[in-house]
Parts: sequence; structure tokens; C-alpha cells
Amino acid sequence: MWQRLVDLFTSLKLTIICLAAAMVLIFAGTLAQVHLGIHEAQQRYFQSLFVWWPAESRGFKIPVFPGGHLIGAVLLVNLIAAHLKRFRLVWRKLGIHLTHAGLIIMLAGGLFTDLFAVESHMQLTGGETKNYSEDGRGMELAVIDVTDSDLDQVTAIPETVLRRHRTIDYWSLPFRIVVRNFYQNSRLKMLSEAGDGARPVANQGPGAMIAVQPAPRATGVDERDVTSAAIEIVPKDGGSLGTWLVSDALGAPQTFSCSGRTWMIALRPARYYKPYSVTLQKFTHEKYAATDIPKDFSSRVTLIDPERAVNRDVLIYMNHPLRYRGETYYQAGFQKDDSATILQVVHNPSFIAPYVACVIVAAGLLVQFGYHLVGFSKKRRAALA
Amino acid sequence: MKRFLPGIILLFAVSWIAANWLPHKLAKDDVDLTKFGKIPVLVGGRMKPLDTVARNSLLIVHGKQELRLEGGERLTAMQWLTDVLFSASAADQYPVFLVQNAEVLGLFGWEQSDRKYFSFMEFSPFLKQIDEQGAQSEKLESVQRSAYQNAILNLRNSLSLYQRLKNSVQPEGAENFAAELQAFESSIPAAGRAASRRAAGEDFDKSKLDDVVALMQRYERLSEMAYLLAVPPVEPNGQWHSVGDSLLRSIGMGEIHPVVKQYALIGDAYRAGDYSMFNQQVNLMTAWFAKEQPNAAKRTAFEFLFNRLQPFSQSMALYVLAFLLACFSWLVWSRTLNRSAFYLLLLALAIHTFGLFSRMYLQERPPVTNLYSSAIFIGWGAVIVALILERIFRDGIGAVCAGAIGFITLIIAHHLAGSGDTLEMLQAVLDTNIWLATHVVAITTGYSAMFLAGMLALIYVIRGVFTRSLTKGTADSLARMTYGVVCFATFFSFVGTVLGGIWADQSWGRFWGWDPKENGAVLIVLWCAIILHARWGGFIRQRGLMIMAIFGNVVTSFSWFGVNMLGVGLHSYGFMQKAFPWLVGFIISQLALMAIAGMPLERWRSFRAGSVSSRQPRKQKLEPTVAGA
Repeated sequence: MWQRLVDLFTSLKLTIICLAAAMVLIFAGTLAQVHLGIHEAQQRYFQSLFVWWPAESRGFKIPVFPGGHLIGAVLLVNLIAAHLKRFRLVWRKLGIHLTHAGLIIMLAGGLFTDLFAVESHMQLTGGETKNYSEDGRGMELAVIDVTDSDLDQVTAIPETVLRRHRTIDYWSLPFRIVVRNFYQNSRLKMLSEAGDGARPVANQGPGAMIAVQPAPRATGVDERDVTSAAIEIVPKDGGSLGTWLVSDALGAPQTFSCSGRTWMIALRPARYYKPYSVTLQKFTHEKYAATDIPKDFSSRVTLIDPERAVNRDVLIYMNHPLRYRGETYYQAGFQKDDSATILQVVHNPSFIAPYVACVIVAAGLLVQFGYHLVGFSKKRRAALA
Repeated sequence: MKRFLPGIILLFAVSWIAANWLPHKLAKDDVDLTKFGKIPVLVGGRMKPLDTVARNSLLIVHGKQELRLEGGERLTAMQWLTDVLFSASAADQYPVFLVQNAEVLGLFGWEQSDRKYFSFMEFSPFLKQIDEQGAQSEKLESVQRSAYQNAILNLRNSLSLYQRLKNSVQPEGAENFAAELQAFESSIPAAGRAASRRAAGEDFDKSKLDDVVALMQRYERLSEMAYLLAVPPVEPNGQWHSVGDSLLRSIGMGEIHPVVKQYALIGDAYRAGDYSMFNQQVNLMTAWFAKEQPNAAKRTAFEFLFNRLQPFSQSMALYVLAFLLACFSWLVWSRTLNRSAFYLLLLALAIHTFGLFSRMYLQERPPVTNLYSSAIFIGWGAVIVALILERIFRDGIGAVCAGAIGFITLIIAHHLAGSGDTLEMLQAVLDTNIWLATHVVAITTGYSAMFLAGMLALIYVIRGVFTRSLTKGTADSLARMTYGVVCFATFFSFVGTVLGGIWADQSWGRFWGWDPKENGAVLIVLWCAIILHARWGGFIRQRGLMIMAIFGNVVTSFSWFGVNMLGVGLHSYGFMQKAFPWLVGFIISQLALMAIAGMPLERWRSFRAGSVSSRQPRKQKLEPTVAGA
């Protein structure tokens, strides 16, 4: 039994099957992007153990094809196992060993990145300072105790918790939050415009005048979901303060009082706070003369880090990011009228892996194919002589 | 005779090229559009000669770089542009606008007939309608537009380009523009005095002011319309301006830019039919640019030369000829024809290389910057590798591949050039020569090698199945070549793909984003890995290798073109609806050939049991006669 398992995992057939499955998966996943959008297709096809059918929950689902994580993991095991079994230290095999060692680093690095990298962004208008970046998709319900004018006490509840739990009970809050409705994507309309039969989902704040309609998930590269929820605030000492509508589409946070303290609530993109701050000095968007073809985008920012006594100006532009304290800031975009810059903020501890892997694999392939070529030309010379 | 044939064929080819390249002699009283065509202007962010503007504009509106009038007379792009710039009423009558969509024609109450070219005059009653319909289609994403919507939008854009060209160096319909400018220039000081008196609340001469204001409104319209920025900066590192813009600025300067005046004199002479005056004024303009803008003048003169030589069309013709010679070499006169094909291919490659490097010089960029240049480069790379193979094996196979791939890639490039300037400026994110020179070149070299391997496999299958010419020796060397080229492709595809990831990591912070173009690249790498492992594991032999190499053509064409047609992702530059049927046709043909190759070996003419034995005696019979001779 053990022997058969070893034979299976070290076989070249398994390698070829995995590679072929990867091709089919990538082809299907690429075509799926047309309808699903890059993010959704990526989740379903590449960052999963299985591709499921049907994708929407209809009470049942069956796996129809191995997903990217499964194929990658099997390939990695196959690669390592085959080399452990067949490894022989001979010069003839140097190229093959190097190539595959590089591939192991690359696959492992890819898996590591998938698990640990965090991507977020920071949008800054001229002169604005921020010490946090925002998640591109994930939301959070921020409950802020603003009673003390010097110090805000923030309790952030991730979107996934709102989606899964009906009642949220945090030790830091004197009340429970009951999720009445949750909309992954929604459209908000004023009641007066929504027509007859539309009813508000909330009875407090501006939500009492707004109708919420559920909407299908956004698929475009530039689109994002407008997440909304109706939440009821239930003090732990009994009673109810009413129901509020919180939504990504509502600008200002809403205020209420409970247990003698003042609270603000808002559903906003999840934030990642930094021990330093970034201030936008100037955003520049150059175009080629008499065209709309962008020539250059650049953001001049001031980086202030009291802990490390850093206070300096940095120019972030295309292909020239700022790397600071394990995070990298890229010039990613801008608001339509050039009023604000958008910086992509990436924390990826394994970003170095592909660089190393590339060099090793390229060297391995060169050695291996060079070895073939020398052999071939020797034979040919012998044949001609 | 046979010994000298390769040399003679080469000599013919060289003299044919030379005859095409030598400049035509100009009759004394003819318009010198060669000189005029070299004048630099700024369009699309790039300095280029008027000749390039003429060719690209005519290509956009007409689909060709030459115009044939109803009487059969041919106009070059420069002749057409000169009429558009200076003599709009004549140009309005030319049938230039290409419309083939029946629904668009129906919009004007016209039935579809043999005519597909229409003049501006014919459209002039419908301009408003075309503009409205076009504006509606423009709101849609290009993927969502119907054939009608695409056609009406194209027509609107063509008409707008044409009208802007007409108002580029002088207002449309201006008669004696040089005199008008002189009057304008001389009235500036008086008007300036009047304006300052009015500002001070004193009496002022209203008529002096009104003259200038009327003209200024005219020039304002001109500056809004202008397509060309024809006026170079006065100070170094300054900006180029349109003629209208420059005229408005001349109020502050007190004088009109010499180039503006010169264009006016050239235009007046042209309209008056005074061609010696036209040539004289063009010479003055050329001299002005040579003195004031020497770099611009040098570069645009070179681009003019490049336009006239048409290196890619010339090498395309040579590739076809070489391909045919190499094919015939398998039937008769094998050494002679083989050598002739090789010489022709060297000549074609030299011209192809000249074209490629000229583009690099003009653009100051690595060779591949858009889909058009990728086609040029893929052909170039494949031809070089194929010629190296030919040098090693000397059996005509490399030559056939070089001829076929060179020709096909240049044809593809020719059809990709329809959108106008192929030396367009690069989007900000692509503006990095390091990555263009490494990632893009490596990836496209990988494509070249994949197509070459596929071509070798096609030769194996076609010769093996349909002819008796695939001997064991040829089959073995084809297999060796294919294997070697697949290794080459693996290396470049892998390195190119990973370099692309590193570029993405440098500019967006993610190494891999599952973007369609990235996926296409990794499909090629995976397919190469499968071929190599299947061969090493002994799962496939010669024929299996060939079938898989043909499928490499399918994978590569999907990666090169297919993913762009999906219209998603960061690399979706250029959605090409027109190319879609061609891509599908190509893929079906490759799959069909794979199926044919999958037939049992007894059905292959070369491998039929009888064929080998029937060949042997014939060969033996021949030998005595050869010996006897």
C-alpha cells in the first residue's frame, strides 16, 4: 500500500496529468473572467481546492474539477517526492535539479503569497494625511466611542461576522448588535423615488427614508459591491434603541447615545492602521501633447514616522514604488478629475521568492538544454567526419 | 548554368529591390511632394513627417495608402493630403470614405451596390445624423457594439478626422491666406492701442478692434479643429502649437510665426497652380526646419525614407519566393534551388532587419511595443532560428519554415496596421525600456519558437501523409529540430513569463494576477513542459511529438491573439473583432491536421509498407545511368 502510494506520487504520469489539468483549469478560468470578472473567477477556479457546480448555492453542489490550490499542492508534492526518490548527485542531472528546485521555490512562494499577502489601497486628496489603508473589497462595521474628545475607541466588526452571525455581542460594547438584513451588493434609493410598496429597512437615522434593493455581485474590474446592512442596537440592560441602515453608500457615520456615552457607527472599507502617516503633497498626471494617452502619473508624498524619526518626501510613480516597513506603495490610479491619487499598498512577505526562483530555473534550463546541444553537435560532428 | 542559378536569382531580386528603392525623378514643373512630405509636424504625441500623417489618415478613412479616383487616376497619400490641406473643395469630391455596412448605407436611403467608397460631398447632408448615431455607439464598450454601431462610429470618426485635417494649416476655403495674415499682422498694433484706450475709458477706434476680433474668432475655431500641431516651439523645450493656436498667440508676440506664414504661401501657390512657386516656398520651409529644428528634420526625413522603402512589403515578397523555391527543391534540382532559397532568405532577412531597426530608431524603443510590432518581431525571430537550422541540416526544411513564417507574420502585421500609426506613444505603465526589452522580447521570442516548432511538425505531417518524400533520415532530423526548438521555446517562454510577473510586482505589487495575457503565457510554458516530460517519460515518440507541437500553434495563437479578444484585463490592448474568424479558422485547421496525423501509420504515404520497397528498386535502376553519364 505504502509502496503504491510512493509510486503514485513520484510518477511522471502524475506530473503530466497535473500539468494538463492546470492547462484546462487556466483556460476555463480565463474564459470565465468574461462573465465573472477577474476577482470572482480567480476565487472560484484558482484559489480553491475544487471548482464547484453550480456555483450559486442551490442546496447542493458537486466538485467538477480540481481547483488551483489542489493541483498546485499535488504538483508540489509530486515534485518533491520524485526528487527525493530519484535524486543522484551527478553533473548530468544538474540542470534538471536546478530547474525543479527553482520551481519548488516558486510554487511554495505562490502558495505563501496566496495565504499571507494583504493588498489594500490608500486614496489621498491634495494635502490629506492618512495613517491607514483600506481593503479593496472587505468591509467592516466600525463602532466608535467618541465620548472622549481626545481618544476614539474603535471596535471594528468584519463583514464576514455580519454576514454569518445574527447577534453580535462584544465585551467592549454595552449593547448587542442584531443584524436584521445583510446585502452583499445593493442599490439605495430615496423612498420618494422608489415607488409604491417600497419600505425602509430601518427606523432611525437617514435609513428611515431609504429603500434598499438587493443587487447581483459586481463583476467588473473597476466595480465594487455596495454592501449594506440593517442593524438593531439592543442595550445589554434591556430594550431596543431602534434599527439603523449602515451602508458603503452612506457617507457620514451616524450617531446615537447608549449607557451615557456617544457612539458613531459606519459600514466602511476595512482599515489597516500603520505606525506612520502619509501626506499627499501633489499628484501629477501628464499626457502626451495633443492626445489623451497618459504619459506619466506621479504622487509626491511626505512620509512621517515618529518611531523611527523619519520625515521625508518621496516621489511614487509608475514602476517606481515606495518600499517601507514591509509594505510597498504603488501608483495605482487616480480619481477621474485628477483630484485624488490612489496608491496600492501591498504587504507580501514572500515577494522575493519569484526573483530567486526565476534565476535558478533559468540557469537550470540553460544548463540542461546546453548539455543537450553540446551532445547533439558532438554527435553531428562525428557523423559528418 | 545550374551552378550560377542561385547567384542569378539573387541578382534579379537585388535589382528588383533597388529599382523599387531608387527615387523617382521629378519633372521640372511638377509639385515636389517629396520635400513637402518630409516637413515635421506633431500628431498623437509624436513628431512625424507629413507623409506619415497622409498615409495613416488615408489608411484610417480609406483602408489603403493609395487612392484611386473614378476616372482610374491614382493619387498617392501625399497628393490627397495636399489637396485636403489646401484645396478642400477638390478633396471633398474624392471617393475616400470606406462604408460597407448595409445598415449604415440604409440610414441615408442608399442601397448597397458595388460602390464602397463615398465622397465627403455625398455625406454632407447627413453629418448631423451621423454624429448623433456615432455618439450613441460611443457610449457602449467596444465589445458590446453591433456591426452597425461599429460601422457608424468608424464613419463618424473618419469624417471628423477629415474635417480636422482640412482645418489644420489654414481655415477651410481660405482663398488668399497669405494676404489675410499680412493684414492681420499689421492691424495688431493698432488694435492693441485701441484695446488699451478702451480699458482706460478713453475714445477708441472701434473698427480697428472689430477687424481683429472677427479674425480672432476665425482662428479660435481653427485652433479647436486642428488635427496637426504644425508650428514648432520658438524656445528650446517649448511646446508645439496648431496654426490657429499660434495665430492667437501672435497677438501677444506682435508677429506671426514664420512657419504659419510659410504654410500660407505654400497653400496659395498650390491653389493658384503655380508649382514652381510652391516648390520654392517648400524649399524655404525645409531650410527653416533644417536650421531651427535640425533633429526633427533629420528624424522625419528618415521616417519619410522608411515609408517610401516599405521594407516589410519587399521582404514579404521575397519570403514567398524563397518558400516556393525551397518547396520545389524537394522535387527537383535540390541543391541549386535550396541554395537559391537560402540566398533570397538572407536578403529578405536583411531588409526585414533594416525595417525592424528603423522602427526602433524612430520610436527610440525596444522592438516590441504593440501587437503590430509583435508580429514583425515574431517573424523576424522565427526566420533567424529557421535559417540557423537550415545552415545545420541543409535539407530545405529550415528554408521552407523561414519563408512561410516570415510571409505569414508580415501579412498579419499588414492587417494589424489598419488603425493608423503603428509607432504610437506608449501608455504610462509601459513606459519602461528595461521591461520592454527583456520581458516582451523574451515572450515574443518564445512565440516565434513555438510557431517554428509547429511549422516543422506541419512539414513532417504533410510530407509524411500526402507524399512519399519523408524518408527515415528526414523524419529523424525533423524530430531533432522540433525537439530542439521546443526546448528553446520553453526557456524563453518561462523566462519571459516570470519576468512579466516581476514587472507586475514592480509596478502593481503583485507577482501574479491571473490576467488573461498572463494565463496565456503560462499556458505556453505548461504545454512545453508537458511535451518535454511526455518525451522524457517515453509516453510519446516521433509522431506524438509532432502532434503535440502542432497543438503548440493553437496554444500560442490563443495566447497571442485569443486573450486580447476576451476584452478583459490589463493587456486587452486592441480588441479585434475582424480577426476572430481567422483565429477560429486557424485553430480548426490545426486540429484537423492533428487528426490527420493521428491516422494509422499504414495510411501515411511515406510509411506505407509498399512505398519503401517500391522506392528501393527505382533508386537502384537510376544509379547505373548516372554512373554511365
